[in-house]
Amino acid sequence: MASSYGYPFQAQHCLAISQFSRPDIDTLLALGEHYLDLNVQKSQDQKILTGKTLVNLFFENSTRTQKSFEIAGRRLGADVINMSVAQSSVKKGETLLDTATTLNAMNPDILVVRHGSSGAPALLAQKVSGSVINAGDGMHEHPTQALLDALTLRRHFGADFGGLRIAICGDITHSRVARSNVQLLNMLGCDVRLIGPPTLIPSDADRWGVDVFHDMETGLKGCDVIMMLRLQLERMSGSFVPSKREYYHFYGLDRAKLAFAKPGAMVMHPGPMNRGVEISSDVADDPDVSLITQQVESGVAIRMGILHALSEAQDGIS
Amino acid sequence: MTMLSITNARVIDPETGRDEIGNILIEDGFIKAIGSISPNGDTINADGKIAAPGIIDMRVSTGEPGTENRETIASASAAAARGGVTSMVIMPDTNPVIDDMSLIDFIQGRGENVDVNIYVAGALTKGLDGSSMTEMGLMSEAGAVMFSNGSTPISDSLIMRRLLSYGARFNALITNRPKDPALSANACAHESDFSARLGLSGQPSAAERIMIDRDAALAELTGGRLLIDMISSKDGVEAVARAKSRDIELACSVSINHLALNEIDIGDYRTFAKLDPPLREELDRQALLAAVNDGTIDVIVSAHDPRPAGQKRLPFSEAASGAVGLEVLLAAGLSQVADGKLDLMKFLAAVTINPATLLDLPSGRIAVGAPADIVIFDPNTPWVCDADDLLSNSHNTPFDGRRFTGRAVTTICGGRIISQ
Repeated sequence: MASSYGYPFQAQHCLAISQFSRPDIDTLLALGEHYLDLNVQKSQDQKILTGKTLVNLFFENSTRTQKSFEIAGRRLGADVINMSVAQSSVKKGETLLDTATTLNAMNPDILVVRHGSSGAPALLAQKVSGSVINAGDGMHEHPTQALLDALTLRRHFGADFGGLRIAICGDITHSRVARSNVQLLNMLGCDVRLIGPPTLIPSDADRWGVDVFHDMETGLKGCDVIMMLRLQLERMSGSFVPSKREYYHFYGLDRAKLAFAKPGAMVMHPGPMNRGVEISSDVADDPDVSLITQQVESGVAIRMGILHALSEAQDGIS
Repeated sequence: MTMLSITNARVIDPETGRDEIGNILIEDGFIKAIGSISPNGDTINADGKIAAPGIIDMRVSTGEPGTENRETIASASAAAARGGVTSMVIMPDTNPVIDDMSLIDFIQGRGENVDVNIYVAGALTKGLDGSSMTEMGLMSEAGAVMFSNGSTPISDSLIMRRLLSYGARFNALITNRPKDPALSANACAHESDFSARLGLSGQPSAAERIMIDRDAALAELTGGRLLIDMISSKDGVEAVARAKSRDIELACSVSINHLALNEIDIGDYRTFAKLDPPLREELDRQALLAAVNDGTIDVIVSAHDPRPAGQKRLPFSEAASGAVGLEVLLAAGLSQVADGKLDLMKFLAAVTINPATLLDLPSGRIAVGAPADIVIFDPNTPWVCDADDLLSNSHNTPFDGRRFTGRAVTTICGGRIISQ
């Protein structure tokens, strides 16, 4: 399957969108689409990861990403072990590299890592012999989220969704989701825009191959898709944004602001949502407009696809 | 339809540089025609006196709400009208602080019942705490024309960066006092030989220069619109000139007090001349005057800050800073013009068209279609300032007993004579 495009998928790790070429991405999306079918997903014959060990190593709290990897791993037949910070030796003062060395001695095949520091999974990847999947590192990247967003778009708009105009709105500065999506969507030929208050967009973001806007009305003009980002509540009490009230007034996605986008525009959100802060419930819950539930479904499928591709690359099937 | 005509006036408009004898015809509150036109309706014979745009004072503090004994918006308006001021921006450092849309509404409501135009400056930070940003967007929509942290500078550079950056989204004019907090802590005078002899702790001019350099750098980084709120020193003038030589959206103001007085005026511990920023040396004053003439300084403000006698009749270091200024702004400026220190056109530009441009107001000009906010003044009338005569609720002026040359004769706001 992973070799079906003639370009072998040879990556050892999945650390950042920037490490992949377009054929790699197409392979991953095709695999993700393959696993979208629940019959395939739950089939007993597809035990690609049988005998392999997947370790979820989460230094930051997560529910959906961790569970999504756990389900994906189990459905592919892997032994899944969850390690969270609370139970780990990190609390006892062990450094990241010592943890890596210790874990490596147990020979896990795949390490899924989330860490609060940008670049931590890449550091781990240098020390382990298995594959490392970045499940979010600081403000750097969250490649599997971007891939699941792309898979969601592919389901809705068809395989060739290049040319779509996509706005990513909200707290860009602190968002690893935004950074991964900008790179992936640019690679896939989309017209990407960033919208947010100037305090929440890096000052040089206009060099990322995107157009930067600070108000929703001009920014959303002609957009086919609006990706809303989560705004941490502690950033809304005067340090980056004066108040929830003001943020919602200028940047919260409600029907009125949605009307600035192209008619029929679709809305996405990586979750968890702050209803009434960055998005109104009215918009978030409208199945004609919202792709948010599909994003979660795509999450398990794309992660099965990624595990599949990495596993085959490990086994040298190409 | 109400008509009013001003005849035989020396019409000066700093926006266009017009300076010629003529008539002004006013209809329904707006200027209808200028030049050699026949008068219509009520007529004021200016008799060769100057008719200029009504003065826009960008820095007026009152005590409303909270300390109405100092000044109310109504009493400030009466003082303004007599001084030729037709528009004023009210500072947010009241009690409560004007840091919310509803308080902007409150001040605007108070302004509807007075003779002059009232504009509101919103607070930059909640309660002027210097750290948490206010709802600048919502306050802009409610009508705030600029944002200020009152007399307390934003000391944290990161907060200042975010304020400028966030404000840029709304094209908000952000003003900050150029005063390094640590270097100016506990200071009550300019740091000099003179203050040292008096035994007063002083703040060096460097305290001002450092803050101007910092804020200019942050304005350059963020693209925010910055007004340096009242410089007082030669060092400050040079820092502003340096910043303006780069591509930064930056303007600068000075108070009339600093153009007319110097540190010698605090001799004998005269607390009525205790100001913030402090009065500095004569060479600083000369540099400030030159900076108005060459355009380095954009705006002259009254820095109107009414204080009851109880806050002034104290030992110098304990007394409150500040002076009332609405009634002396024009006269003190014209006196510098009469002394040959200030260029008349540059002085008038700094109190009319320059503030109007910064605040995006339609007034501040003598032009067809502009609001009929006009001051008629005689640049040569000699008079002596008497603190007891001031219309402000507070009478704290350093100019008591001082001779002035030039005075407002008639003030017209919105086509209505509000003082004569």
